[in-house]
Amino acid sequence: MGVNDRMDLAATIVLNGLTLAALYFIVASGFSLIFGLMRVVNMAHGSLYLVAGYVGYAVFEPLYDRDVWWAWYAGLAAGIAAAAIAGALMQKLLLGWMQGQELRQALVTIGVSIIAADQLLALYGGNPRQFFAPDAIFGSTQVPLVGGYPTFRLVQIGIAVAVGVSLWLLLNRTRLGMMIRAGVDDREMLGACGVNVPLVGVAVFALGAALCGIGGIIGSTAQPLAMGQDGRFLLISLVVVIVGGMGSVTGTAVGAVLVGLAEQLGQALFPTYSVILTFVIMVAVLALRPQGILGRA
Amino acid sequence: MLKVSGLHVRFGQAHILQGVSLELGEKPLAIVGRNGMGKTTLCGSVAGLVPASEGEITLDGARLNGLAPYRVARLGVALVPQGRRTFPSLSVHEHLKLVSQGKGARWNVERIYETFPRLAERRNNGGTELSGGEQQMLAISRALLMNPKVVVMDEPSEGLAPVIVDHLIGVLRDLPKDGMRLLLVEQNLRVATEVAEDVAIMVTGRIAATMPARQLAEDSETQRRYLGVAAGAHH
Repeated sequence: MGVNDRMDLAATIVLNGLTLAALYFIVASGFSLIFGLMRVVNMAHGSLYLVAGYVGYAVFEPLYDRDVWWAWYAGLAAGIAAAAIAGALMQKLLLGWMQGQELRQALVTIGVSIIAADQLLALYGGNPRQFFAPDAIFGSTQVPLVGGYPTFRLVQIGIAVAVGVSLWLLLNRTRLGMMIRAGVDDREMLGACGVNVPLVGVAVFALGAALCGIGGIIGSTAQPLAMGQDGRFLLISLVVVIVGGMGSVTGTAVGAVLVGLAEQLGQALFPTYSVILTFVIMVAVLALRPQGILGRA
Repeated sequence: MLKVSGLHVRFGQAHILQGVSLELGEKPLAIVGRNGMGKTTLCGSVAGLVPASEGEITLDGARLNGLAPYRVARLGVALVPQGRRTFPSLSVHEHLKLVSQGKGARWNVERIYETFPRLAERRNNGGTELSGGEQQMLAISRALLMNPKVVVMDEPSEGLAPVIVDHLIGVLRDLPKDGMRLLLVEQNLRVATEVAEDVAIMVTGRIAATMPARQLAEDSETQRRYLGVAAGAHH
């Protein structure tokens, strides 16, 4: 293999890592947001990914069959809405009653994830599905060093950046963002300031779930949607926020990039053991900086 | 009128408030007492943060206990808590915007900056980058901006330099002019007696005595008995 080929390979691996990181960031930022304010380790976060994927697909498929150009966008909107509603209901009906009891909440969300997985299987069957991206973002684009590269995966990076910037603006420039940050500091005092904290909690849960929903549709466009992905994306969200630092948008981005790159690098260099690399990073972070790279102590 | 009647609070086996009754009208009321007598718990229950196990708290006839803290706040009770509890992640200006009711309100952000010029200088600083006195001004501003009917203050003078305490006394004495009623918990007898007209003495979860502030200020025997103050009102 010549030097040029190696350069190309390296560039491709990095680009693959970044597109994967983009997806991980979108999904994990919702997880991190919910944990940041609510202190809920939402073990059903991966289920929200599946809910968005399947509901979105149910809307997408009939439209796509009729060659409607906005089929994918409709699926995206439906998937986000479904995840947001599911998240809001989860907080309102189940978790809100046990605020502050973190272990109980974690157990309840595990229960929810098991029920959700079975219900989705009963409802939609076990066949994998995959969205087809609209023409505008389908096909391939020439990228220097890499050559032809799927356009949608580049769009994926764009969406992740947009999500990150929007989330930053929301948290730092809006009234809701002020409430969320104040609530992370001192929930009780925020309530004493006249803010309906339980309602803010439902809003945050819906927002975090919606982010996971975006991930669900994007992810199921880049790769097939199938049972078992709830567990995969929950695990990835956990690793990403542990590495990057819980409750920090920038930390989540750093964690996602590290995990995404490590996964692709591992698959290229030592495919059999690639999974280990991700966990080596996690263990190293836990040993050296337990609060995460950008987490607050 | 804020009315507390027969209020009991228990934390497990601990019986913190043992039947507190008091009435707060136009005249500011101070509550004094040694540490651990239940003063902070009383503040917390009035603000809706600590659930009462018995008794009733009403504001102008509306029952407050049992309501969520944000509802109590919206009915007109603002808390300046012990230790200030400003939000580390919010700047000074964000604290004020969070609770501001708009330009038309009696207390608005502009008036706060006029009253506390120091906060205007520090408007972009974070809640933890402030000195103790500045944090206290911020905590008080946060309460005033809610334009409440009742302000509950838990040891506002704690840890403040004497010159800042003087400024604080001036601010607190002006509250009734805006129609705010003040329930002031204080260890600092000078602040309590200079701001409030009546003083209630709290002993082991009960109000042991209520008397005009002036009387307590001059009665060193009562001070020694209930408050453990050795000499005079200055300590």
